Amino acid sequence: MNSDTGMKPKIAIFKFASCDGCQLSLLELEDSLLDLVNAVEIAYFPEASRRMLKGPYDIGLVEGSITTHHDAERIQRVRRESKTLVTIGACATAGGIQALRNWKDVGEFVRFVYAKPDFISTLKMSTPVAEHVPVDFELRGCPINKLHLVELIGAMLAGRKPNIPTYSVCMECKRRGNVCLAVSASLPCLGPVTQAGCGAICPAYHRACYGCFGPMENPNPTALAGRFEAQGHADRDIMRAFRMFNAWSWQFRQVSEERERR
Amino acid sequence: MSTQTETGRTTVIKVDCLARVEGEGALYIKLKGDRIQDVKFKIHEPPRLFEAFLRGRHIREAPDITARICGICPIAYQMNAVHAIERALKVSPEPAIRMLRRLFYCGEWIESHALHVFLLHAPDFLGYDDVIAMAREHRETVEKALRLKKIGNAIVAIMGGREIHPVSAAVGGFHAVPGKSELNTLLPDLEWALETSLETVKLVSGLPFPDFDQDYEFVSLSHPGEYPLNEGRIISNKGLDIDVSEYEDHFLEQQVKHSNALHSLLRERGSYMVGPLARLNLNFERLPEQARAVASECGFTLPCTNPFKSIIARAIEMVFACHEAIRIISEYEVPEIPCMETAVHAGTGQAATEAPRGLLYHRYVFDDAGQILAAKIIPPTSQNQKRIEDDLWQYLPQLLGKPEEEMTLRCEQAIRNYDPCISCATHFLRLRIDRQGEPCPRS
Repeated sequence: MNSDTGMKPKIAIFKFASCDGCQLSLLELEDSLLDLVNAVEIAYFPEASRRMLKGPYDIGLVEGSITTHHDAERIQRVRRESKTLVTIGACATAGGIQALRNWKDVGEFVRFVYAKPDFISTLKMSTPVAEHVPVDFELRGCPINKLHLVELIGAMLAGRKPNIPTYSVCMECKRRGNVCLAVSASLPCLGPVTQAGCGAICPAYHRACYGCFGPMENPNPTALAGRFEAQGHADRDIMRAFRMFNAWSWQFRQVSEERERR
Repeated sequence: MSTQTETGRTTVIKVDCLARVEGEGALYIKLKGDRIQDVKFKIHEPPRLFEAFLRGRHIREAPDITARICGICPIAYQMNAVHAIERALKVSPEPAIRMLRRLFYCGEWIESHALHVFLLHAPDFLGYDDVIAMAREHRETVEKALRLKKIGNAIVAIMGGREIHPVSAAVGGFHAVPGKSELNTLLPDLEWALETSLETVKLVSGLPFPDFDQDYEFVSLSHPGEYPLNEGRIISNKGLDIDVSEYEDHFLEQQVKHSNALHSLLRERGSYMVGPLARLNLNFERLPEQARAVASECGFTLPCTNPFKSIIARAIEMVFACHEAIRIISEYEVPEIPCMETAVHAGTGQAATEAPRGLLYHRYVFDDAGQILAAKIIPPTSQNQKRIEDDLWQYLPQLLGKPEEEMTLRCEQAIRNYDPCISCATHFLRLRIDRQGEPCPRS
């Protein structure tokens, strides 16, 4: 990707409702950070710099979900200013853990947390960026894999499609040589329906995958939920398993609502 | 990034997007002639309402969920949840697990302190917009900083699978514990990190500090045998000395219109400070000899009541964290059982631990099925918020007459003294205990 001026491509990082972890991944690059800033211009990254250059930007990286009126307007501006817009992480891509409000009365939530709820302005739903504006690419994960970020920026610079796998965590788990916890320990492991990218760390640490990277391409969560049930897991637990950091992705949402209705 | 308008003799300084802090904050100052009329440290980070949606979740999910309050200090959140739930269940894991948990915190402290000292705070002292500009003239220092940060992260990644939102923390212990040889691989790097931290103390001690001393009430954990990380009583330099379960009797929260994060106050005394400078002032004698020696060599004397010197306190704490990590790894024996079986029953549990930015408090109430009925989380930044505003009120008179840009920069620096994590502060707004109609169980 070349910017119009022939200068280094400009990258901007925008934050919405989130924990800052995905944009922190950029600073976590440590070894490659100084090389990266030679290849691109970090034009807007308030977490790291007071220097804030105006758009347009070649790549806009968006972290966080949309939860306020102000942010719903701001994401429109961000889209206009970004030639390529990439969501980074589960909040921007699927609404994040704060999307748990989407099944509840957010007014009650605000009254529960704040003494003077009138001061607080928030939307009923926490929604992914793609529900508001067209998105060019999504990086999954809670948090994202920082190497995916390097791959993404490299691919954009080279003008090719990023090479990010869309198969399931099971593939990584097998390659890592883990014992399958779903089979050997009857744990409610989301690996079979979750997109790869983390390196199957949970099974390697003897626990079931809890779905940080969200649904893989063409998952079958209904079948997996049936398997959990056959293993003796209660509907409520199955519902909760699908209702975590990617709860509002439609594939996980569908199965969690199905189990909630029972 | 800042705008200043003059109407007659009224000057307004606004920084709408504070840089080099975690999360979204803003600063608003109104001056009339030489009189300061208003100072507001605003937090406009959108609320995420964790305490509300934790209700109905299972206690075993609380560590993973609360980690997502903050990508910079997820360990403090997940471990604090673990400690609070274990206290409610009256579970105490074996000493080897306790040591591993301290090691986990050391990793986070090294990573977070290196980030703040070099990447977020040092540019203020040296006059750069960011670490990238700083690297052009101080490349070697920045490379060392990034390596230090990486070593902290390496501890976290071995312990928990990844740097951000690690996956191993569990009620009763860890889902899996590292082998001895795995931890030993960290030692050469940690020896280097210890040396580099000692150099860092000397380096940052030579920075220019404004004359600015305040009569602070410092609050931190205190433990008879060790520098506090994840256990101890809550004490202050003005006589506070309480068990963690008494926290809510002594501290209260106030909602103010200009902030989405609640202000914490000590009852009848007002604002207070948590964080590295508070910890150091209250626990200096529990630092390892090496850390105390370098502090005195650099002329760092106690009490230290200049908040700008928190950068030195952070560097001294990096020395401690490297030293402690080396000690724990050298003495490590793999625990026989990584995670104790825990029977779930109804309970209420509170815990406080020392996040890199200061004291963090959690309380959970849950039923016999382990379902959470109420949760309260008070992050360090919401505790420091009022104190940050108080500092600005006191510091501004020194700046009157300076050029606008410098005034703005100095105020930003004064805020960054606290390494504010605005994401935490807001993501955790807390439930009111005196709400009408819906009594909230207290311990």
